[in-house]
Amino acid sequence: MKAVVLGATGGIGRAISRRMAARGDRLFLLGRDPYDLAASAKDLEAHGAIPPVGSTTCDLLQPETFAPALDRAAAELGGFDTVIVTAAQFATQDRLETEPDTLCRLLLANFTHTIGLCEEVRRRLLARGGGTLCVVSSVAGERARKPVVLYGAAKAGLLYYLEGLDHRFRSAGLRTVSVKLGFVRTAMTAGLRVPPFAGEPDAVAARILRAIDRGRPVVYAPPIWRWIAVVLRSLPRAVLRRLEF
Amino acid sequence: MLSEELLTGWGRTPIVPGVVRISRDLEAATDGASASRGLGRAYGDAALPRRAGAIVACTRLADRVLHLDPEAGKLRAEAGLSLARLDALLLARGLACPVVPGTEQVTLGGMVAADVHGKNQHEAGCFGDHVRGLRVRVGDGRILEIDRDNERELFLATLGGMGLTGHILEVELGLTRIPSPWIWQETVPVHGLDALLAHLHEASRTWPFTVAWLDGLARDPAGARGIVFRGRWAEHREAPPGLPRARRSIRIGRDAPDWLLGRTLVGAFNRVYAATAGRRPGPVSPSRFFFPLDSITDWNRLYGRRGFTQYQCVVPADRPTAALRVLETVGRHGEASFLSVLKDFGRPGPGLLSFAMPGTTLALDLPLGSRSQALVDALNDVVAAEGGRIYLAKDLLTRPEHFRAMEPRLDAWLAVRRKWDPEGRIATALSVRLFGDAP
Repeated sequence: MKAVVLGATGGIGRAISRRMAARGDRLFLLGRDPYDLAASAKDLEAHGAIPPVGSTTCDLLQPETFAPALDRAAAELGGFDTVIVTAAQFATQDRLETEPDTLCRLLLANFTHTIGLCEEVRRRLLARGGGTLCVVSSVAGERARKPVVLYGAAKAGLLYYLEGLDHRFRSAGLRTVSVKLGFVRTAMTAGLRVPPFAGEPDAVAARILRAIDRGRPVVYAPPIWRWIAVVLRSLPRAVLRRLEF
Repeated sequence: MLSEELLTGWGRTPIVPGVVRISRDLEAATDGASASRGLGRAYGDAALPRRAGAIVACTRLADRVLHLDPEAGKLRAEAGLSLARLDALLLARGLACPVVPGTEQVTLGGMVAADVHGKNQHEAGCFGDHVRGLRVRVGDGRILEIDRDNERELFLATLGGMGLTGHILEVELGLTRIPSPWIWQETVPVHGLDALLAHLHEASRTWPFTVAWLDGLARDPAGARGIVFRGRWAEHREAPPGLPRARRSIRIGRDAPDWLLGRTLVGAFNRVYAATAGRRPGPVSPSRFFFPLDSITDWNRLYGRRGFTQYQCVVPADRPTAALRVLETVGRHGEASFLSVLKDFGRPGPGLLSFAMPGTTLALDLPLGSRSQALVDALNDVVAAEGGRIYLAKDLLTRPEHFRAMEPRLDAWLAVRRKWDPEGRIATALSVRLFGDAP
């Protein structure tokens, strides 16, 4: 597998990349900070990735970086067959309700520009006959809930797009894997109250990687969220309106 | 990112509310923090905040390997790298961490701070003996690269300095080449403390890894059951093919009732353990040999809500009856240690305040209760009189006057600490208790 990872320096992206490194996949890293990327590249080489692990800067808030970054990845890897996007922003509902700038940035990064990046990836993968695009979204996009109204809105939109992408291009060889992530203990969620069923990055990474290998269009991680989602979807509005969940 | 959390040591008492700052970027996390904390395996108060609400940097997410040179046997990594992850990387490459403690759930930074020892202490020394360099953030906020040549004094004060001389950000470490990723283990059942110590010392003459277990429930240590474990890295031809499989550990997930680890159950366990110990010599996985307790992720919860402490001391080699006196003191107080481990030390630790000295170390697990303070006081009387000392990574109840009586090196270490942190910005609950730091 020749994979490009946006978000490999931390959290779930780091955990997935390490598992891929250990089994000998070729990796190319995209991220915001070149020093951070270089340190992660070394770490992945130590975990077994074939050196040198290349990297270049790419920022979800700067869509003009997408095409050059993907071109560079293709050049260094000799073409890629898999793209994994774990990067995203998070802020609490309280903060997003009171800070319009934060809200605007989050919606741009998690929805508009993530889709912009996916479109760049789609064109490149289809041009070479297909490949896998794995994007980490969230169970917050499953059903509107009070603590994640704004964050969830962007994630719901992203899930909608990913499902459509799968319908439209799977027959042409593009395998879309959308990850519906529950709460995972990473730097992004540090400081939040840890809800029940919280997952650990490494276990979640193993599950996502299995879904990528099998080309499964949807994966819930941690797995229990699949059943929580069934319940959530079936709850009447009148009930959900009363819950603080 | 800051989060308010209730923090405890591995012994689960006391519980202190702290403000934890966790980040992949240790420079950011430690900026202005009063202490660093890794995986929380120090038993007592070594990784607890100096006061409720003090900021503690958590290193857990800063776990990248920054440089690995298998040919030169050298590694540099961020301080939050766990020994479990490091071992998984190294064993597959015919390398091993030169010194490992009794659990894999520790970070590099924690191993430096406690200058940990392992079953090969008599031969390989302490962890600090293999540390080639450190990147630290000292009390005034500066970040320094230190080693045996650059800022030697600070470097040696940091090995075994319990994280109190500065935040440990990165660690450079020498590695050991191994013939196979398996351990050849042999066990020798023994009767009585004298025989146990004799066998332990004999084993250490020819074996790189040795340790002994004693049935701490025996009324008379002179007649107690014991087992001496000895091991070495298995030769290639002795080892099973491939790598040992990653072990699945079980999780209890809740507090056991306080009565669970009472005399009856522990006594039964000890009888079974002693009876099955005469296993045939053979290869075992390193995790089974080095980290037997890790098979239960949260075994500390077996002690129930009351929590527990571990009393670990070392007594000098020229006091052959000191170990017996320590064990007798436990018995006289009507207490029983549920897990008693003995190990001979060969040479002193490299740090200014390292725990190890040539002699014998004893580690005793004790449930916490109203009589624990009196017992630890009595044990410290014995150890101080014998010229021994205690292990700060385990300690919770030692009084400052006892610690001072055991540590002629304390003033020299405190002077180095003061030099680099004159305003006393770095402190833990342990340093408040033992060194009189402001809370």
